[in-house]
Amino acid sequence: MSILVYIEQDQGKIKGSSLEAVSYAAGLSELQGGDVNVLGLGSIEAEEWNKVGGAGANAIYHIGDERLDQGVILAHADAIAKVFEKVGATTLVLAKSSLGDAVAARLAVKLGAGLVSNVVGLPDLSNGFVVKRSIFTGKAFADTSIDTENKILAVKKNIHPIKTDGGEAKVESLDLTISEENFVAKITGAEKAEGEILLPEADVVVSGGRGLKGPENWNMIEELADSLNAAKGCSKPVSDLGWRPHHEHVGQTGVKVAPTLYVAVAISGAIQHLAGVNASKYIVVINNDPDAPFFKAADYGIVGDAFDVVPKLTQAIKALK
Amino acid sequence: MKILVCITHVPDTTSKIQFTDNNTQLDKKGVQFIIGPYDDYALARAVELKAETSGNITVLNVGEVETEPTLRKALAIGADEAVRINAAPKDAFFVAKQIANYAKDKAFDLILMGRESIDFNGGMVHGMVGELLGMPSMSPVMKLEIEGDKGKLSREIEGGKEFIEVDLPFIAGCQEPIAEWKIPNMRGIMSARTKPLSVIEPAEEAERTAVNSYEMPPAKGAVKLVDNVDQLVDLLKNDAKIL
Repeated sequence: MSILVYIEQDQGKIKGSSLEAVSYAAGLSELQGGDVNVLGLGSIEAEEWNKVGGAGANAIYHIGDERLDQGVILAHADAIAKVFEKVGATTLVLAKSSLGDAVAARLAVKLGAGLVSNVVGLPDLSNGFVVKRSIFTGKAFADTSIDTENKILAVKKNIHPIKTDGGEAKVESLDLTISEENFVAKITGAEKAEGEILLPEADVVVSGGRGLKGPENWNMIEELADSLNAAKGCSKPVSDLGWRPHHEHVGQTGVKVAPTLYVAVAISGAIQHLAGVNASKYIVVINNDPDAPFFKAADYGIVGDAFDVVPKLTQAIKALK
Repeated sequence: MKILVCITHVPDTTSKIQFTDNNTQLDKKGVQFIIGPYDDYALARAVELKAETSGNITVLNVGEVETEPTLRKALAIGADEAVRINAAPKDAFFVAKQIANYAKDKAFDLILMGRESIDFNGGMVHGMVGELLGMPSMSPVMKLEIEGDKGKLSREIEGGKEFIEVDLPFIAGCQEPIAEWKIPNMRGIMSARTKPLSVIEPAEEAERTAVNSYEMPPAKGAVKLVDNVDQLVDLLKNDAKIL
């Protein structure tokens, strides 16, 4: 019944969504028993392991092979499959992400596992293994049973509290060889915004829409985002027009976010945009059109001109600190 | 170049989602079905690559007879032939198994599909097909060029993108801005009627997961509208308790 959690790192730091996956696994272990084993790949800063123990790990395995610093899909899947077998796990838990998805799918085949993605809660074990997942881009849920002995759960962000009181877990360094054939898809480079909060990981998101009239007006979104320690997002038209990069596009065909607070500035709230934000805990809408559909999906709203409201809001939030 | 494009048949993005039969079935009444938006990007890029390399496109769907108009639309956009695997798509692994079973002896150079379907959003089928066929799989892919027998692509990662080089054949789960959606023209629509659409019976496969029932999210309370920033900050601080 043992559990293996695959955690992701970003520049040596373990991602918050991965710590959440560890705490989810600890919750699962309370229900069904078995140890929580955690696997980290690539270069990870030594003090980061304390967080993993705190989040609920019983044992930590680390493969420090630097080739795994990058998200090489085949190599990560190969390493996880080997460790899954080594620790005698029956359940793999991971955070849903662009890498997590790609890796989990291959593992479902390797491990003969039933896989459920977008998991939003711990399973009901009263009649088999039934877990709730988000479907139709957050418009509905499905209670889904997994009928295989091996199981993979890709957990959606912000659905389980991250524990910090789990104690210490021993880190065992594994000397596993990942063969060359797993590196046939060569990562030749990357473009990454440095020092920015990652949008899918963010606890607060500030997004701007076409109502901001042009990319030159984004400094006020940036200032508001900075004051809230938030990631920046945008609507589809804004990314289509090239005002903002595609990785900031929030919506049905862009990034789906699940922050505690989502602030939408000058976005009307088309159903496709709402599909990307409906997992947010609180939504604030600032729009000069009182009939903007976004207000129906919002918790709090101000009908007003973004150029007037946003700088004032930034000031007010800075004044709190 | 031989390209396989796998498409889903899904409710339009503006559809109101409801369930019937004691929340065990999607209510299809009044729902418009379309090619999955991500699959539509994959198809559009395939049509462009076909023009560049004088290739051939097979479009495939795992679905029952109701999905044939969606396959015809893909033919109208530029696929050369269509294949329908005659089965309801039970879960991601079932679908992946059907695709792999069909593709295993056809020597496709490239298999494209959307990064995820917009009904179940799993984003898993491309990776599963890759593992089943022993091919590399990449997703979400936002740019794809073919140079000789090599693919050069960019894959979205959190906060940016990475660049990948990989030999054909491989599998890509696609998303914007890999290509612009293509709207079928009259000539395409006319020719789609006579292009081959074959129906193949599914391979036996036990299902690994099953939906027991569906559920709608709880209704959202009414928005609290305020007149100024101070009131908003007060709500965030004292009502939501998040500042």
